[in-house]
Amino acid sequence: MPSHPKLAAEFVKNKDRAHWHDESLWFVRSKRDKAARQIPEWELLREQASKIKMHTISHLPDLLEEFERNATARGVQVHWARNATEHNEIVHGLLKKHDVTRVVKSKSMLTEECHLNPYLERHGIEIIDTDLGERIVQMQNMPPSHIVMPAIHMKKEEIGELFHEQLGTEKGATDPQYLAEAARQHLRQKFIEAEAGITGVNFAIAETGGFVVCTNEGNADLGTSLNKLHIACMGIEKLIPRAGDLSVFLRLLARSATGQPITTYSSHFHGPAPGAEMHIVLLDNGRSEISGSDEFRRSLNCIRCAACMNTCPVYRRSGGYSYSNTVPGPIGSILGPAKDPKANATLPFACSLCGSCTDVCPVKIDLHHQLLTWRKEIRVKGFLPVSKRISMKMMSWLMQAPRMYRFVGKMARSIVPYLPRFMLYNRMNDWGKQRELPIIPKQSFREWMKQNHDDK
Amino acid sequence: MTTSKEDILNQLRSQSVPPTDLPDLQSIELASQWIRYEDPAEQFAETLASVGGLCVRVKNVDEINQRLSELTAYQEASQVCSQIAGCGQPNVSIPDITDPHDFENIDFAILPGEFGVAENGAVWITNEGGPARTLYFLAQHVALLVPASDIVNNMHQAYQKLEFAENSFGTFMSGPSKTADIEQSLVIGAHGARSLTVFLVEEAF
Repeated sequence: MPSHPKLAAEFVKNKDRAHWHDESLWFVRSKRDKAARQIPEWELLREQASKIKMHTISHLPDLLEEFERNATARGVQVHWARNATEHNEIVHGLLKKHDVTRVVKSKSMLTEECHLNPYLERHGIEIIDTDLGERIVQMQNMPPSHIVMPAIHMKKEEIGELFHEQLGTEKGATDPQYLAEAARQHLRQKFIEAEAGITGVNFAIAETGGFVVCTNEGNADLGTSLNKLHIACMGIEKLIPRAGDLSVFLRLLARSATGQPITTYSSHFHGPAPGAEMHIVLLDNGRSEISGSDEFRRSLNCIRCAACMNTCPVYRRSGGYSYSNTVPGPIGSILGPAKDPKANATLPFACSLCGSCTDVCPVKIDLHHQLLTWRKEIRVKGFLPVSKRISMKMMSWLMQAPRMYRFVGKMARSIVPYLPRFMLYNRMNDWGKQRELPIIPKQSFREWMKQNHDDK
Repeated sequence: MTTSKEDILNQLRSQSVPPTDLPDLQSIELASQWIRYEDPAEQFAETLASVGGLCVRVKNVDEINQRLSELTAYQEASQVCSQIAGCGQPNVSIPDITDPHDFENIDFAILPGEFGVAENGAVWITNEGGPARTLYFLAQHVALLVPASDIVNNMHQAYQKLEFAENSFGTFMSGPSKTADIEQSLVIGAHGARSLTVFLVEEAF
C-alpha cells in the first residue's frame, strides 16, 4: 500500500486545490465551534457521552445479548458476523432469499469497510448509494474521502462533468442547486424501484432492541419505507444501554459533525412494518480485539462525527485518499493500524501531535495519545522505515551524550549558516521541503543562561 | 464448531475490562444544567427557521386552512393528502392506499406531529409503519401540526416523553430534507420534503 507521505505529496502538488480543501474543512470546523458554543453545558455533555460509551464497552457482551433479546421480541432478526466475509454473505443470503436484484443503501462506513458493494455487484445485484456525496463517489468507482461528506474533495465542475456523463445534465453545468435536483430525480426513481433497503446504524439501544439512523437527506427513510426488506448493518460498538442516552448523543453528533443542531431526520426503528422484514447484522471485524486493549479501547467510543478530521491540520492538507483506509483522519489512523499495522504503518505518523482532535472529540477519545502509542507499537513490531529507524537511533544516542550533543550543536551553529542552499534544501532534508529552516541562533540556550544568569 | 455469536461473545468475555459507572441523566445534578429557554415555543420557531423550516403559530384548524391558502407550495399542489380531519382540502384519501408507491406524486401532505424540541427545531413523529409512514419523506412538501403547549426545552426532556412500546417507527424531523454534499453549498430539498411547515396549534385538533 502506498505510504501516507507519498500520497500526500501527490495531493499537495496542486497548491490551489490543497488550499481550497483546507479551507472547506476549516469552514466546517468553524460551524462546529459556533454550534458547540451555543450549548453552555457542552463539556458536561461530552463527559456523559464518554462515560456512557466506556460503560457500554465494559459491559458489551451482556448488552449485546440484551439487545438481541429485545430486538428479537420486536420481530427483528439478528445476525452475527465475525468478519467482512461473513457480513457480506449474510446480506447477500437475505437478498437472494427474497429474489432482490435492486437495492438502495444509505450511508454506512461499515459496508464500505466490508466492501459490500463490489461483493453484491459480483452476484448480479444492483446496489445504489443514496447519500448524495456517496452516490457521487460511487459513480466514479471511488470510496468516500470523508466519512460525513464523502465527496468533499471534489469541485463542482468535476461533479457537473460526472453528472453530464451519467445523468445527462447539461454540459458545463456547475450550479449545486441544479445538480442536486438532477440527483434528486435520479435517486427518487431508484427508491421507487428498489426491492430492499440497506442502512447503517448510528446507535442501537440494548434496553429496547431498537436502533437509530441519522440522515439529512431522508435517504434512509425513503430507502426503507417503500419496500418490504430492511437490512441494518452495525458494528458491535454502536450499542448504548438506554433510550435516554440518545439525548446526549443526538445533541452532540450533528453539532460536532456539521454544526447543525440535529440531523434533519433521526429515525428510530423498533421492528418491521406490517408485512415487512427487518434484519440486523452485528459485525465484529476486529472490534472485540480493540476492546481488549487498555491503550486503544477508547477508540471504540467513536460515533463517526468526523470532527477530528475536519480539524486535523494533516487531513485538511493531505485529503482523505492519502490515508488509503476506509476511515481517514486521526480516528482512521488509530483504527487502521489496529486492523493491519503493517499496511497502515505510516498513518500514526501523519500527525503533528497538536491535540486538536482530542479537543473536539464529542466522546473524549484521547486521539493524539493513542496515535503516539501507535508509533511506539509500530516501532516494536518492526514496521518503521529504515530511514526513520536509523535517524531515531542516532538522535537517541546523541541525546544521551551531553558533551557530544553540545559539540554537535556548536559545530552546526558555526557551519550551517554559511552552507550553500543546495546543501540544505535537497532530497535528504524533509524539513526543508516547502519551508525555510529557522534562523540558527548565535549561541545555545545553555550559553545564553551562563552569560546572563549564572553569575548573578 | 462454535457459532459466530459464541465466538464474538467468548472473545469479549475473555477480556478483563474494568467496569465503569453509567451516569444518571435524570439526576438533579445533571438535569439542572440542561439548557432551558424563557420561551420554548419562540426558541423552537427560531431554530426551525435556522434549519430551513417555517414555524407558524395558529389558534385552530380554521386558521391553518387560511394560512395554507397563502403558501405557494400549497396553492400549486395538485395532489394533496391530509391525516387531520378538516385540515386542508385533500384529494387523495390516505386510508384507501395500501401500497406506499401510490404516494409517489403527492405534492403536499398534512400530517400530525407529537411535540417539538426548542433546542434543535425537531418535531417527533410516530407511525405504526404502514404505507402512510412514507408520506413524511416522499411528499414534495410537508406540513406538521403540533400542539402549541407541547414544546420541550431539550432532548433530555424529549426522551422522558418517549416510549417505544407501541409504534415501531418514530423520527425527529428538523426542517426540510437538505444536502451540502456539493462543495458545501446548502441545497434545500435533497430527496425528501422540499419544504417543512410546522403549525403550532393552540386548540385541540
